[in-house]
Amino acid sequence: MSIASKDHGFFSKERITAPPGFNRWMIPPAALAVHLCIGQAYAFSVFNNPMTRLLGITEPAAADWGLPTLGWIFSLAIFFLGLSAAFAGKWLEDVGPRKAMFAAACCFGGGFMVSAVGISLHQIWLLYLGYGVLGGVGLGIGYVSPVSTLIKWFPDKRGMATGMAIMGFGGGAFIASPMSVALMDYFHTPVSMGVAQTFVVMGVLYFCSMMIGAFAIRIPAPGWKPAGWTAPVKQSAMISRNHVHIDQALKTPQFWLLWWALCLNVTAGIGVLGQASVMIQESFKGAITPAAAAGFVGMLSLANMLGRFFWSSVSDYVGRKNTYAIFFVLGTALYLLVPGMGSAGNVALFVLFYCVIISMYGGGFSTVPAYLADLFGTRYVGGIHGRLLTAWAAAGIFGPTLVNYIRQYQVDHGVPAAQSYTATMYLMATLLVVGFICNMFVRPVAARHHMSGEQLNEQQNLLSPAMSTK
Amino acid sequence: MEHTTAAAPARSNPPLILVVIFWLYVGIPLALGVWETLLKASALFK
Repeated sequence: MSIASKDHGFFSKERITAPPGFNRWMIPPAALAVHLCIGQAYAFSVFNNPMTRLLGITEPAAADWGLPTLGWIFSLAIFFLGLSAAFAGKWLEDVGPRKAMFAAACCFGGGFMVSAVGISLHQIWLLYLGYGVLGGVGLGIGYVSPVSTLIKWFPDKRGMATGMAIMGFGGGAFIASPMSVALMDYFHTPVSMGVAQTFVVMGVLYFCSMMIGAFAIRIPAPGWKPAGWTAPVKQSAMISRNHVHIDQALKTPQFWLLWWALCLNVTAGIGVLGQASVMIQESFKGAITPAAAAGFVGMLSLANMLGRFFWSSVSDYVGRKNTYAIFFVLGTALYLLVPGMGSAGNVALFVLFYCVIISMYGGGFSTVPAYLADLFGTRYVGGIHGRLLTAWAAAGIFGPTLVNYIRQYQVDHGVPAAQSYTATMYLMATLLVVGFICNMFVRPVAARHHMSGEQLNEQQNLLSPAMSTK
Repeated sequence: MEHTTAAAPARSNPPLILVVIFWLYVGIPLALGVWETLLKASALFK
């Protein structure tokens, strides 16, 4: 008998199986309670400047950390996000969302605590270990854990449901950024920047909020369907009724085509996000103040968050493949048009075009879990999603590198700063054309990859024997 | 395989008010954050 079959404790899947008539609208806020916390990662940069003055307070002392040293904290966190999502995916499908969300809360909250100790002792390795490694693992597990649960609760609106949760990841910075600044102001004294105390408070708050999500999460009973809903008799060929095992999914061309589609879509967006403030100021020299540029960054963050909900909801009606095709076609057109808006001095259209581009960057993240569920079934979608997120980690390296190096190359060869982004935009458009081709080749998964009825029953018995014998 | 334990203990369904409170719990901080960002973004068109 497996360990799972003996487990009927607080964290077990059986304990969180919803009774008949459970209100499924309780699940999206449970997922949001986790995603809004881990979305704090996008606001980590608010700590950079204060952490360069931990010893000097008014100005950096010789022994204070520099920005390149501090930059590694966020890079490590994103690296471990990808790594943990890829490796913990299978585990979280086995143990269920409550245990996974608890683990994520411990890692993410604990990461803040270890980092607070690191700041107090002025030991950078403790920040790398705390927020970078431990926090990064919390980010990865927390990101994937509620997604497959939502897909199972909303078989009729898979895109909208995952969009709601993943929108939270995009929106977490809107809460974290002002909260971090307010806390640092509150704890600031003539001898302390207040960063360590801020980390302790945020660690406790995030742990509690994520635990509220873990307490509230429920999974539907096997075979559950929304009241009055039946799966369409004539279903799109792109929506499978079968399930593919997580290890088998990696052997399908569909997984790798989607990996590249996501990677290219994210690469095109992430490079722009990192350079947005400088880019708009250089494109409209003298017309855009630093405060207005900060407003532009805020608008892009908003577009990123709203795009996550909007595009994944749209995908419920037009299909995932068509939604991705829109990202690539519309994205290519906009990237080709944007340099013209810059030279024409049209700020409004420049901002609008970039907002649409970034909304599709966010939409790529939120539509992909439903795309995977359509292709590979819902049984292992959380784990498969986790492995696909390695594309995000890769894009995190490609995107900013491409934008920075091409811009620098242009400037070094005498191109005016205002026009130095034109070549980058054309390259981004080219990447999106390649993404379009990858997406075009996505076809339903071949039957030889599907799990047999016997395999499915065996898995069901291993994971929840009591439920399977009901 | 033996199954010696009973199925999951039946847990009550949450009342509608709890669902509403839970949505407000996640929605209000997010709405405040978005509002603050919109105020900042307004500098772009001044």
